[in-house]
Amino acid sequence: MEKKLPKIEIIEKYCKGCHICVEFCPKDVLEMKGFYASVKNLEACTSCMQCELRCPDFAIKVTNE
Amino acid sequence: MAFDYDKWLRPGKLPHIWCPGCGHGIVMKGLIRAMDTLKLKKEETAIVSGIGCASRLPGYIDCCTLHTAHGRAAAFATGVKMAKPEMNVILVGGDGDGTAIGGNHFIHACRRNINMTYIIMNNYIYGMTGGQFSPCTPTGHKASTTPYGNPDPGFDIAKLAIGAGATFVARGTAFHANQIDKLIAEAIQHKGFSVVEILDDCPTTYGRRNKYKSVIEMMNRLKDVAVPVKAAEKMTAEQLQGKILTGVLYKEEKPEYIEEYAKVIERAKAAK
Ligand SMILES: Cc1ncc(C[n+]2csc(CCOP(=O)(O)OP(=O)(O)O)c2C)c(N)n1
Ligand code: SF4
Ligand code: SF4
Ligand code: SF4
Ligand SMILES: [Mg+2]
Repeated sequence: MEKKLPKIEIIEKYCKGCHICVEFCPKDVLEMKGFYASVKNLEACTSCMQCELRCPDFAIKVTNE
Repeated sequence: MAFDYDKWLRPGKLPHIWCPGCGHGIVMKGLIRAMDTLKLKKEETAIVSGIGCASRLPGYIDCCTLHTAHGRAAAFATGVKMAKPEMNVILVGGDGDGTAIGGNHFIHACRRNINMTYIIMNNYIYGMTGGQFSPCTPTGHKASTTPYGNPDPGFDIAKLAIGAGATFVARGTAFHANQIDKLIAEAIQHKGFSVVEILDDCPTTYGRRNKYKSVIEMMNRLKDVAVPVKAAEKMTAEQLQGKILTGVLYKEEKPEYIEEYAKVIERAKAAK
């Protein structure tokens, strides 16, 4: 069966470009694209929620149904 | 599953005023998760602060909130708790607000053991006003007012709270984000005055002056310096050099102020 990928939403209106989510993602899923965080490799995401937990700005949400 | 912070946030307030990478946002999220875990009712929960970047926190949260005078959160909060003992009263603020101008209120709230929780965000500096040193700035560190290094030793907030009589004292860090809600929830559940110190970062006025190249470097320093109390038991004094203990540092049961005060009222009535 095909692996169902989580959904990572980055709310650019709130993102302040601090790099925290990118740096502390254990699977190197995220990157900075210009000012904002952005998804680089969704396939590798394990929905560990570290990025959502650490973002000081409520700017990243991970959903996995 | 994404955590629903929105139900605890006042609509239309984001983005918040804190700088990129400021840990105050991480602490606020931890507080929200703690309140959610404990199923606190918004109308029965009051968040009270003084002045400073950290003290801006109550403005974002959808419950009863009070943004008061610099260093006076404990005084206002005591008033709320005395008038409405059924309320969950949570104080929030910075190291400057709580240990400099508000130091006196802080120690006496601890001494009284009144059933409230105080979350103190320690970023070692007066962030809001541009980086003057606070009583928590470590010796030798730089602030706008100590450009050649701070000659004073910094307060250990947790030890200060224990010494002053707080009956629950814990410490976490902005790096250890998933521990913050647990410490705060345990503190709120404790009957008596509980203090949760969160070691925080101010990249804007403290980090740059003290040669941290980035927010990430400040976060990694918090990661490296923290040692959980349990782990510390198995470490030598040498291994603990320069480390800071985290977790629940102190807990004791002692008579609580509101209950003791109620007894005074009963005695006064009986004396008539
Ligand atoms: C009576 C009074 N004195 C001084 C100030 C100026 N002031 C505003 S915030 C602050 C320090 C805040 O530092 P802290 O509590 O550590 O919060 P941070 O900004 O670092 O989060 C000072 C001295 C004030 N607002 N009111
Ligand atoms: S959920 Fe975990 S693995 Fe996925 S992007 Fe966030 S930090 Fe990385
Ligand atoms: S942690 Fe949040 S604010 Fe910082 S870069 Fe990532 S999404 Fe943006
Ligand atoms: S000045 Fe410092 S404490 Fe204030 S919001 Fe900016 S980083 Fe945070
Ligand atoms: Mg401060």
